[in-house]
Amino acid sequence: MKERLYELKRQALEQIGQARDLKALNDVRVAYLGKKGPITEVLRGMGALPPEERPKIGALANEVREAIQQALEAKQAKLEQEEVERKLAAEAIDVTLPGRPVKLGNPHPLTRVIEEIEDLFIGMGYTVAEGPEVETDYYNFEALNLPKGHPARDMQDSFYITEEILLRTHTSPMQARTMEKHRGRGPVKIICPGKVYRRDTDDATHSHQFTQIEGLVVDRNIRMSDLKGTLREFARKLFGEGRDIRFRPSFFPFTEPSVEVDVSCFRCEGQGCGVCKGTGWIEILGAGMVHPNVLEMAGFDSKTYTGFAFGMGPERIAMLKYGIDDIRHFYQNDLRFLRQFLRV
Amino acid sequence: MLVSYRWLGEYVDLTGITAKELAELITKSGIEVERVEALDRGMKGVVIGHVLECEPHPNADKLRKCLVDLGEDEPVQIICGAPNVAKGQKVAVAKVGAVLPGNFKIKRAKLRGEESNGMICSLQELGVETKVVPKEYADGIFVFPSDAPVGADAIEWLGLHDEVLELALTPNRADCLSMIGVAYEVAAILGRDVKLPEAEVKENSEHVYDYISVRVEAPEDNPLYAGRIVKNVQIGPSPLWMQTRLMSAGIRPHNNVVDITNYILLEYGQPLHAFDYDRLGSKEIVVRRAKAGETIVTLDDVERKLTEEHLVITNGREPVALAGVMGGANSEVRDDTTTVFIEAAYFTSPVIRQAVKDHGLRSEASTRFEKGIDPARTKEALERAAALMAEYAGGEVVGGIVEASVWRQEPVVVTVTLERINGVLGTAMTKEEVAAILTNLQFPFTEDNGTFTIRVPSRRRDIAIEEDIIEEAARLYGYDRLPATLPVAEAKPGGLTPYQAKRRRVRRYLEGAGLFQAITYSLTSPDKATRFALETAEPIRLALPMSEERSVLRQSLIPHLLEAASYNRARQVENVALYEIGSVYLSKGEHVQPAEKERLAGVLTGLWHAHLWQGEKKAADFYVAKGVLDGLFDLLGLSKRIAYRPAKRDDLHPGRTADIVLDGRVIGFVGQLHPAVQKEYDLKETYVFELALAELLNAESEAIRYEPIPRFPSVVRDIALVVDENIEAGVLEEAIAEAGKPLVKDVSLFDVYKGDRLPDGKKSLAFSLRYYDPERTLTDEEVAAVHERVLAAVEKQFGAVLRG
Repeated sequence: MKERLYELKRQALEQIGQARDLKALNDVRVAYLGKKGPITEVLRGMGALPPEERPKIGALANEVREAIQQALEAKQAKLEQEEVERKLAAEAIDVTLPGRPVKLGNPHPLTRVIEEIEDLFIGMGYTVAEGPEVETDYYNFEALNLPKGHPARDMQDSFYITEEILLRTHTSPMQARTMEKHRGRGPVKIICPGKVYRRDTDDATHSHQFTQIEGLVVDRNIRMSDLKGTLREFARKLFGEGRDIRFRPSFFPFTEPSVEVDVSCFRCEGQGCGVCKGTGWIEILGAGMVHPNVLEMAGFDSKTYTGFAFGMGPERIAMLKYGIDDIRHFYQNDLRFLRQFLRV
Repeated sequence: MLVSYRWLGEYVDLTGITAKELAELITKSGIEVERVEALDRGMKGVVIGHVLECEPHPNADKLRKCLVDLGEDEPVQIICGAPNVAKGQKVAVAKVGAVLPGNFKIKRAKLRGEESNGMICSLQELGVETKVVPKEYADGIFVFPSDAPVGADAIEWLGLHDEVLELALTPNRADCLSMIGVAYEVAAILGRDVKLPEAEVKENSEHVYDYISVRVEAPEDNPLYAGRIVKNVQIGPSPLWMQTRLMSAGIRPHNNVVDITNYILLEYGQPLHAFDYDRLGSKEIVVRRAKAGETIVTLDDVERKLTEEHLVITNGREPVALAGVMGGANSEVRDDTTTVFIEAAYFTSPVIRQAVKDHGLRSEASTRFEKGIDPARTKEALERAAALMAEYAGGEVVGGIVEASVWRQEPVVVTVTLERINGVLGTAMTKEEVAAILTNLQFPFTEDNGTFTIRVPSRRRDIAIEEDIIEEAARLYGYDRLPATLPVAEAKPGGLTPYQAKRRRVRRYLEGAGLFQAITYSLTSPDKATRFALETAEPIRLALPMSEERSVLRQSLIPHLLEAASYNRARQVENVALYEIGSVYLSKGEHVQPAEKERLAGVLTGLWHAHLWQGEKKAADFYVAKGVLDGLFDLLGLSKRIAYRPAKRDDLHPGRTADIVLDGRVIGFVGQLHPAVQKEYDLKETYVFELALAELLNAESEAIRYEPIPRFPSVVRDIALVVDENIEAGVLEEAIAEAGKPLVKDVSLFDVYKGDRLPDGKKSLAFSLRYYDPERTLTDEEVAAVHERVLAAVEKQFGAVLRG
């Protein structure tokens, strides 16, 4: 009987090995371990054995059953695994097909620039002041030391509505408006972004509507060196560390001294290139110390208070930063233009 | 202002400084030098030649065959096409091998069979601009005075070995509209002296009062009027050096008398006018405002109508000049003029500006009066002009100056302390450094214990207060030496206002939702001004629009957004989703500032979503637009207070438009563009919305308060109701929510059906109701009871029946 059991084990293991699928394997299970299977039959025939043989054969029969059981389980696991793999293989997809697009718009490039600048100055303790685009002659000119008939009014050909009301030609009226609100007491620390209008014919470099950002700081002991330090900080944050700025003397009726501010060219690092027209410097700002007449008209004592102001054009900055060649792009809203400004 | 480097060198020593270096120094100190131009433009090999023979070319009517002495061994033959070439002339000859502007090389040539060894040149061929070439030479070659030395460098004789600096002057630096003014500026920068021109007038024994008298009836316009008589002048060309200087400054030479007045204008910044005394028609000059209806024919032969806002020089009866702007044709200096009356006056800016504006006449003279001249130099300039006329026009200066003046020189004294200078600038200048700067500026001053008292010279009319001196100190000290510091002030946090912060969130939301931000023009055409507007007012019109297209202020953002959509569609960008946040302008009356209200508007057209290979395609429709807005109201915490009300609005589809109502107030609308308007803009199906942004952002929204996350399961029951088709889903939904209180937490519509399986005029709306009690798990009985209640309520209110 021993031999018979060994033979059964050998046969069973061989058939398990050959089983190709779960069904075949189950057939093997039924054939060898079923109630009518050969091992049960062997056990049933144990009565014919001498009593001392019976436990040995019984043990052997269990051993064989165990071995077959284990082999079945191992094989089953293997076949199941293969089954899963086959199924997954059949489910494979082309991962290079396009994904379902997520709809995404983006800010206008001018908003990008304006918000970036706002945030730079907010980080330095500024608040953002906004005001009317349809201004009075007083705030647009007179409060800025540009009385009627002042020659510098020629510099700004304006869209008047009535003799006293016009579309603001710069964001500077907010200087006077904000200072008046402070009733002669500092500190004032604001930047004012907004739309402005001038009587220019629209072309690649002119637009009758454009944007400006004005900055104003008024306090006791504000020095021109503070203006320089502030603008250097600004230039480095906007155009990259390592940028430098330079002041060139200039003239604006509402500041004195007045300067134009250049930043060292971010394209060529000051070596001279097309962007900076070979000079190594790019003009980005007008600035100066607030004119005492402007302070006084807005109710500040110009002997105790000093201040600085600066103004810049987001269009120009965007054109420099992104290499845009025509100012009209900003107002045409061509999606082929707008959607180029998605990336962070 | 065009400044000849060599001419400038007569007033201030420029040794050791090239024109380029000078330009950089001037720019750095405050006056931008826009460019430096070398007048010789790389020319060489041009000499003065003497035309010995000049005869017709045998084979060409328009050419001449000339024999020209170039100061070499043999004269050469040159073929010349200029109509004015003639025997005996001294001319500029580009020799064989010469190079003219534009790298034009002169070669030996044969012209119609005749040899030509060089070229006789016009001034234009030598790089001079046509507009400054003397008229007589404008269409031909230039002819030198007969004493010009043969063989000499013609470029040198024409003053073209020179460089011209173009100064871009800011309005405050009118003092630099003169060579002497520029000389003072350069002297201050270099720390050198200024050499002023000398003017010694030799007068005859006659007296000017025997010739003319002057009366000024408008002294506020003309505080100073002075003049001299120069007799026996001989009109002819001015000396070549003067002509070349005028040309370098952009002024065309005419004749000696006119050239001298222009030369003085450039040198002193003092405009002068020369009248033909004999043509004045009287022995008096009366300066007055013009009478309404009076006219004058100016030098350019244009008859000009005058008003009381214009100042005229008259002979006591009629105008002989438009003061400070242009002389009259009746008293013009001509070739036969023998006696000249030179006018040197100070006209104030406003009256001149008015004339320039009204007559569109801007001249070298008017520009200077407009910007302000230095009256302290007026008579000096007159003296110099008289002396030059004596010297170069053979004139005899009549004794004495005729004058009418109310002008008195008021000394301008400014005091400033060293402490203030350093305090404003953040510098650490010493007394000595400030003193050196004032000395270089040639500002007389005294200094006492750090306080400077400065007597400002009259030429610097821009300097009147302490800050003006601080600026002078700063620019001459050098801005590159200014330290960079940061304001020392109490640290206050910066930031956005709640409104500004919310507006940014709104932008980011809309962009995240798939809309691109647009910025359009505020100015529009009258027909678009009020279209689509939430509120309208009388359109605000510009006094002087540049075009009708941009003549009034907009009251809605939609028209320009539609233009943008149309613009894109015309360029094959069919799918457009744009939004804009910007102001509209609503008049509050003609003479007050309008209300400016921020609007949020959008336009959607074409496909909203497309993922074609998986079969997804969604065109923008009303509910896409509404969905975007719903998300916005969620973001702002207002959705529960917002309602959509069917509405009819101009230019929108009457059945597909809703007003948006917040707390009962209409704050915007959303709708489909009316097909007629769609066609007008050449668009396909298009949806628009516009909202009053401030109403949204200023609406108080509840602060976020955590609500416990449900601990018990909720129960969902669906309900399909058949109702009349005019019952609005929103109304039904509200009724269900109301009836289901408090257990029904959400009601959401998931199906709408109209069609064959329902009777005519009916529709079915299916809702999903979620029941929930935060305290416990609901039983089926409890839910069923409420569900019945809901059904009963909608049946009663709307006749709704359960769909079988």
